[in-house]
Amino acid sequence: MGRYIVRRLLWVVFVLFVITLITFLIFFVMPPTDPAINFAGRQPTTELVAEVRHQFGLDKPLVVQIGLFYKRIFFGDEYGWPGMGFSFVTRSALKPIILGRLSVTMQLALGAAMMWVLLGIPTGILSALRPRSIFDRLAMGFALIGVSAPVFFLGPLFLYLFWYKLRLAPGSGYYSIGQYGLGTWASHFIMPWIVLALLYAAFYARMTRANLIETMGQDYIRTARAKGLPERRVVFKHGLRASLTPVVTMFGLDLGALLGGAFITETVFNLPGIGAYAIKSVASGDLYAILDVTIIAGFFITFANLVVDVVYAFLDPRVRYS
Amino acid sequence: MSVEATQRAAAPLWETREPLVRLRGVKKYFPITRGIIFQKRVGNVHAVDGVDLDVFPGETVGLVGETGCGKSTLARVTMRLYDATDGTIEFEGEDITNLSGRALRERRRHMQMIFQDPFASLNPRKTVGSIIGAPYRLHGTVPRNRVKPEVQHLMELVGLNPEHYNRYPHEFSGGQRQRIGVARSLALHPKLIVCDEPVSALDVSIQAQILNLLEDLQEEFNLTYLFIAHDLSVVKHVSDRVAVMYLGKIVEMAPGDTLYKNPKHPYTGALLSAVPIPDPDLAEHKRRIILEGDVPSPIDPPSGCRFHPRCPNAQLPRCKDEEPVLRPFHPGQIAACHYPLEDRAVIDTGSS
Amino acid sequence: MPEPLLEVRDLKVHFPTEDGLVKAVDGVSFTLQPGETLGVVGESGSGKSVTFLTVMGLVTTDQAVIEGEVLFRGQDLLKLPKDEMRNIRGSKISMIFQDPMTSLHPFYKVGYQIAEAIRTHQQVSKHEAHDQAVEMLRKVGIPKPEERASQYPHEFSGGMRQRAMIGMALSLNPDMLVADEPTTALDVTVQAQILDLIDRLKAEFNASVVVITHDLGVVAEHCDDIQVMYAGKIVEFGNRRDIYYGPHHPYTWGLLGSISRLDSTSKERLQPIKGLPPSLIFVPPGCAFHPRCPYAFDRCRTDVPELLPVDGHHASACHLSLADKERIFQEEVMVRR
Repeated sequence: MGRYIVRRLLWVVFVLFVITLITFLIFFVMPPTDPAINFAGRQPTTELVAEVRHQFGLDKPLVVQIGLFYKRIFFGDEYGWPGMGFSFVTRSALKPIILGRLSVTMQLALGAAMMWVLLGIPTGILSALRPRSIFDRLAMGFALIGVSAPVFFLGPLFLYLFWYKLRLAPGSGYYSIGQYGLGTWASHFIMPWIVLALLYAAFYARMTRANLIETMGQDYIRTARAKGLPERRVVFKHGLRASLTPVVTMFGLDLGALLGGAFITETVFNLPGIGAYAIKSVASGDLYAILDVTIIAGFFITFANLVVDVVYAFLDPRVRYS
Repeated sequence: MSVEATQRAAAPLWETREPLVRLRGVKKYFPITRGIIFQKRVGNVHAVDGVDLDVFPGETVGLVGETGCGKSTLARVTMRLYDATDGTIEFEGEDITNLSGRALRERRRHMQMIFQDPFASLNPRKTVGSIIGAPYRLHGTVPRNRVKPEVQHLMELVGLNPEHYNRYPHEFSGGQRQRIGVARSLALHPKLIVCDEPVSALDVSIQAQILNLLEDLQEEFNLTYLFIAHDLSVVKHVSDRVAVMYLGKIVEMAPGDTLYKNPKHPYTGALLSAVPIPDPDLAEHKRRIILEGDVPSPIDPPSGCRFHPRCPNAQLPRCKDEEPVLRPFHPGQIAACHYPLEDRAVIDTGSS
Repeated sequence: MPEPLLEVRDLKVHFPTEDGLVKAVDGVSFTLQPGETLGVVGESGSGKSVTFLTVMGLVTTDQAVIEGEVLFRGQDLLKLPKDEMRNIRGSKISMIFQDPMTSLHPFYKVGYQIAEAIRTHQQVSKHEAHDQAVEMLRKVGIPKPEERASQYPHEFSGGMRQRAMIGMALSLNPDMLVADEPTTALDVTVQAQILDLIDRLKAEFNASVVVITHDLGVVAEHCDDIQVMYAGKIVEFGNRRDIYYGPHHPYTWGLLGSISRLDSTSKERLQPIKGLPPSLIFVPPGCAFHPRCPYAFDRCRTDVPELLPVDGHHASACHLSLADKERIFQEEVMVRR
């Protein structure tokens, strides 16, 4: 198992290096126009461009540039660690902005994740244990809707129904817990959490159901029953344990991707998360901000993959020996 | 004794004929790799570890052995589905060991294979007609408009209803699917058919049907069979000569009756005694040789005679230090053993 | 005659499916005495497995329509509430299955799985259960049982896994062990070891054994009584000498003629049974075997034959007269052997 983890870690380091390199190539080498101009924002003046060039060391040879780029990212720059650079559009260091945005996305993602796990997986389990029953049909029917209805449809629908018409929920926007207290913070997150969670809950319900049904048909379940084990133990200790492994790994990957920015939800509900920030940066031509978001998203997904692989090996002993 | 002489000793009936297939020193190793970043080869699975075998035209050679003995690998190496790690494979006198591409495809027309699992070896998305007719399309031996009648003729030959030409595999039973596999292998009128456990997955009464079918087809088309199975009774029944394999090597080869009446290699004796006999009285007279432990792994075979750790006849140090070579015993029989079994049948009823 | 351990009376197990009612078991009656080994022979679709899955309570009225009685030590298992059946299952009647590769849970250690069985039926501590599990592994001939108990199933070979399964099944000293195709997935030398082990342990644990198989050789060597099943019914029942030296049913003759025997001279042709096994939804009327039977006559197409005694407890379900059966057996079947 140890060797397995070490191998995965080394691989992750390698992937991070490659992501960084490719990002560098995309932003600094590939564009047909001078990157200094690109980074200078919408209205580049000659002085601005020169400032950019100097700051990013774009006048230095390529190899040095790459070296500096790596150094900035992994060891930090003059604005702190990790090195997120400077935006020439907003004229400020990017690190505090991005970290702030990241925090909002995390609140959104983690809250929704808890919801979709608590909603989707038990639904899937109950459906699998009573296939073709009324519950199963209803649950899978809802799941079908959840899978088909995108956030940009459900979101405004919810806002219209629950905020505008029924006055049950507060409107969009982010109200930090520190400033506004638990109640306000939570009430503004409820709808975005639900809307985001519904989609994933639907997927997870279907996947859990399918996995569990397949697992319950396996020979070792028959053996467990033949031993005289109580059915609850057969289902949970034997059946679920085996069928949840792919669900757990899926969860890791989904969460990792979501942390890179749930931009539709953030936009619809006006939450200042990193996804919305990415869109804003694209619109305003803030190239370094986009670069930062790209790298962050890449790193999150890579780490999510690592965690998922390790957890999988922990859950399934057969994997450890490969 | 030279390899050639040994092989001739194992096949006295065919002394004057040339073998259809000639294997010499065939080895097939599968690498085992380990390493954190760069995978390096730390060992090999010695699936086939030095096999000499002649298969003469028109005969059925049975290959029998347990898991890890290498019989399936040997069959696939013979068919060039795997590349041999070492040794030569000759087909009709021609060295095909290193053939590839078009030349190999040409030779492949003459050797076909029937697989074990009638459920897995047929493409579920293709109709039966398409499956059986595929060889024609691949090799262009039959013009397009003649494919269907040829296929239907084959279907009749193997006992299938030609009107089922457009049905899919799942609409057939296991035995019928195996017949489809047989028909497919006959399409190109091959000289050699390798049957890899063709009846193991079938019910007993259906097994008998398929075995009889194979027998009839052999006579009609003058086929040569290499028949692989783990069921010694079945192998003995269909084969003219039987080769017993253990850990990648042939340990004994003889005509079926000789093998049964006078096995020389203790492993053969153990195999024969392990086969359950459907006859209670005979079963009581069986000379029981029950082996200890499991079949060892072909990754690190024992030194000297590979069977020595489990052999009831083994005597150290010779069996551990010196690997025995195949040598002749009774007519048509060769075995590799330093302390072979005495002349006695496994089922000793006192009469012979 | 002592009271039988198990008495099955007219058991019927019918599965409703989309294509129709699958009559997997259709009127099966037999007894199992304490200390005997019963062989149940049949091909796929004969109902041999479903019969015992129903005895074990692994096939329930949730999935199938079940009729008849299953008397274990006089108690009808079919009428027992599920909880009580669970107590019996695994501790009084145990079952081992065909494929040891897939019959053990891949995520839990072998020792744990055996201990789990023990703790389900006995009030013992985890530690004690683990010790008992190790002891069972030792009893079934697995070397270094303490080490092995902490390993996962994929670290065991096929033969060892089957031994572990047997150990698990015997860990609570059951009265009856049902082995469903216990050796089909194993190498032949390992088969011999496993069957030997079952024989030995049967004596040690004083259990009755049921061996379900399609292999007539296995049954000849290890079973006292044999029942031959076809299309959900028992077509012949007898001790092993009856079945092998004096069979009284065309299906049994067909089976015996289909198998290759080591002691036959090689080039004798096999005598297969013509045709295919029947559908269990559209079972042929009258005797289910009649479409494939070379001796079928009019009555066979309309009347279902009953299992009638031949002599002693040898019984067969066939309309042919005793005299005819003797004659056919002597003139045709024996001659071919």
